[in-house]
Amino acid sequence: MFYREAGDFKVSYADDSQTFPIKFDRYRYYVVLAVAFGLIPFLINDYWANAILLPFLIYSIAAIGLNILVGYCGQVSLGTGGFMAVGAYACYKLMTAFPEVSMFIHVILAGGITAFVCVLFGLPSLRIKGFYLAVATLAAQFFLVWLFNRVPWFYNYSASGQINAPERDTFGIIITGPNAPAWATYLFCLIFLAVCALIARNLTRGTVGRTWMAIRDMDIAAEIIGVNPLKAKLTAFAVSGFFIGISGALFFAVYLGAVEVGEAFGIQKSFLVLFMVILGGLGSIFGSFAGAAFLVLLPVVLKVVGVDLMGWPTDIVAHFQLVIVGALIIVFLIAEPHGMAQLWRVAKEKLRLWPFPH
Amino acid sequence: MKKTLTTLALGAAMAAGPAMADLVFPDLSYRTGPYAAGGIPFSDGYNDYFTLLNERDGGIGGVKAKVVECETGYNTEKGVECYESTKGQGALIYQPLSTGITYQLIPKVTADNIPLHTMGYGRTSAANGEVFSHVFNYPANYWNGASGVVNYLLEANGGDISGKKIALVYHNSAYGKEPIRTLEELSKKHGFELVALPVDHPGQEQKSQWLQIRRDRPDYVVMWGWGVMNQVAIQEAANIRFPMENFIGVWWSGAEHDVMPAGDKADGYKAVTFHNVGRDFPVFDDIQKYVVDAGKAAGAGDQVGNVLYNRGMYAAMLAAEAAKTAQEIHGTAEITPAMMRDGMEALVIDEAKMEALGMPNFGPSFNVSCENHGGPGLVGVTQWDAESKTWSLISDFKPSDTEVIGKLIEEDSAAYASENNIEPGCK
Repeated sequence: MFYREAGDFKVSYADDSQTFPIKFDRYRYYVVLAVAFGLIPFLINDYWANAILLPFLIYSIAAIGLNILVGYCGQVSLGTGGFMAVGAYACYKLMTAFPEVSMFIHVILAGGITAFVCVLFGLPSLRIKGFYLAVATLAAQFFLVWLFNRVPWFYNYSASGQINAPERDTFGIIITGPNAPAWATYLFCLIFLAVCALIARNLTRGTVGRTWMAIRDMDIAAEIIGVNPLKAKLTAFAVSGFFIGISGALFFAVYLGAVEVGEAFGIQKSFLVLFMVILGGLGSIFGSFAGAAFLVLLPVVLKVVGVDLMGWPTDIVAHFQLVIVGALIIVFLIAEPHGMAQLWRVAKEKLRLWPFPH
Repeated sequence: MKKTLTTLALGAAMAAGPAMADLVFPDLSYRTGPYAAGGIPFSDGYNDYFTLLNERDGGIGGVKAKVVECETGYNTEKGVECYESTKGQGALIYQPLSTGITYQLIPKVTADNIPLHTMGYGRTSAANGEVFSHVFNYPANYWNGASGVVNYLLEANGGDISGKKIALVYHNSAYGKEPIRTLEELSKKHGFELVALPVDHPGQEQKSQWLQIRRDRPDYVVMWGWGVMNQVAIQEAANIRFPMENFIGVWWSGAEHDVMPAGDKADGYKAVTFHNVGRDFPVFDDIQKYVVDAGKAAGAGDQVGNVLYNRGMYAAMLAAEAAKTAQEIHGTAEITPAMMRDGMEALVIDEAKMEALGMPNFGPSFNVSCENHGGPGLVGVTQWDAESKTWSLISDFKPSDTEVIGKLIEEDSAAYASENNIEPGCK
């Protein structure tokens, strides 16, 4: 019944190659966009923004970034936390050095700086693969956190070693700091997410994305058919770093407002984003959204159901969350390695035939 | 689709929240993770004291107190989520028990007009109420603690510690870095040599730091640790046979669970404190009667009288007294967070009041004012006796070096004011 292509005629190449070829899907996409941009900003309050929507939007950007590297190009990375820290510290240094410049520019520049750092750490990927590359990126994670803890220049010599986002605006609207309205922070992150997702989608189905996937599937074969591994791998690291840098900058400046590098961007952050990608679906933009939404919402839902409704002790609920996430990762790795995105695809196939399957 | 459904479910769950009539005291606790050992007794004490007030006195000024517990796991992201989810319920005061979360909340509470009480932690320069209008850290702060340690060492050495070597083992975070500035100033003033040794979160791995201590042979080791780091450090100190009486922790590194794992070897370990220890106070009889025996104790109910339990109870007591003061000032029993702030700023704690509360000589007498949110900063020293498994006060509460600390607070709060365009002053 849903998702049927009957009566949905394609009369041009553009029609045929669009992102959502099925009419129902396309309209659903427009509705989601319209609600996200046109409705939620009017309904949002501090709780929804700071507890649910901002982390979801920001982690989605990070998950898309990591998905490009791991899911599309097949280069395992455990350095996400460190690269997010690069984005955050770059944004902090820019914000404090050029207070009059718009936040949009700071965040994009922070993404650019992270892309550069990410390429530097991606260079070894030309020689090492698989587990060994994971260890190399793990080194990046620890090195970067150590660096930001060690060199006082990065945190402007503050006594506590923390970085605090001062109040900054864009087009006269306050985006960072405690006085930023919820709708402004939400829209700011949403714009970045929408643009990032659009770029990622179009990169992954074009030439660049195809070279990434060729490298992922079999690098020697890809090289023989003329894919330049240097270019393919380094562009994947650059694009991935750009997105992760943006998410790190937003995470620090818009969402938290103050971070301590070891605590906010430690190894557990790398794993969290990696779990989002694994649970959501490797090599899928939708999967990045699904994984981020799931891991952001799960603790909140568990808390609301367990503590507020059932009245369980808070520590039991917190431990339950660890158990559930751990069990789900094992289940997904065994039963559905393509993650929630694949479940969604299967559901779509079923819905097309529903209620009269063959 | 899936998202909208969850959204609806969540919205329904939130709408079914508690009524606004109670006085809400959120408890951002952590009963899980590497810092749970310290978070559990503190939270139990905080909860139990409010339970006691409800059971014995029928609440505060006739209105029941309601503690909303929210698990942060010592994690700033969860702390923010807890803050946002509880502030809509009319939260009167926040006590996050985490310096990281405190830094997060300082600008937020100021914008939302809710007071924040960071007793013995948080940002030290918040003692300057002219800049930090909504943040309080009475009765003592980190820099008092650092100075208290140095004063105690001066006393032990007949007033002269020049040429001595003091190592600082600290948690490599905003919390652990906080005392360094004061200790550096004091080392200039008193001529001792300071060696700073950072320990990364969570602090289970300290072999290299203690190897360095073994090699450098400092005369004293001072620790700024929290959570699992404390017990590891004390164990490591015992392993290299560092004399325990020369090892002094801050008040967050001096509880039963920190010294117990090292057994007899931890005997003689010292820690500074800003309140009394033990359960030899009349208030504990009431807690036993109204809370523990009635089966209403928070958590497992086995922490009563522990150092951190006492501290949690003390924090709750100060909050309840501030609420009473606010009720008197504004002439209404159902106070708002803004009124609570006024109550905290006008708080007077004297010995008669402490006596009446069943806590004679438990903590210092002090008056809070707009200029001084930091209290008197009196620091005592406790020592662990491994045989009887008790902490006991070995040095009475004494003033710290306000000359050095006052200047640093002035400096740091002025930096914060200029960063955030705050015009210092009292309204």
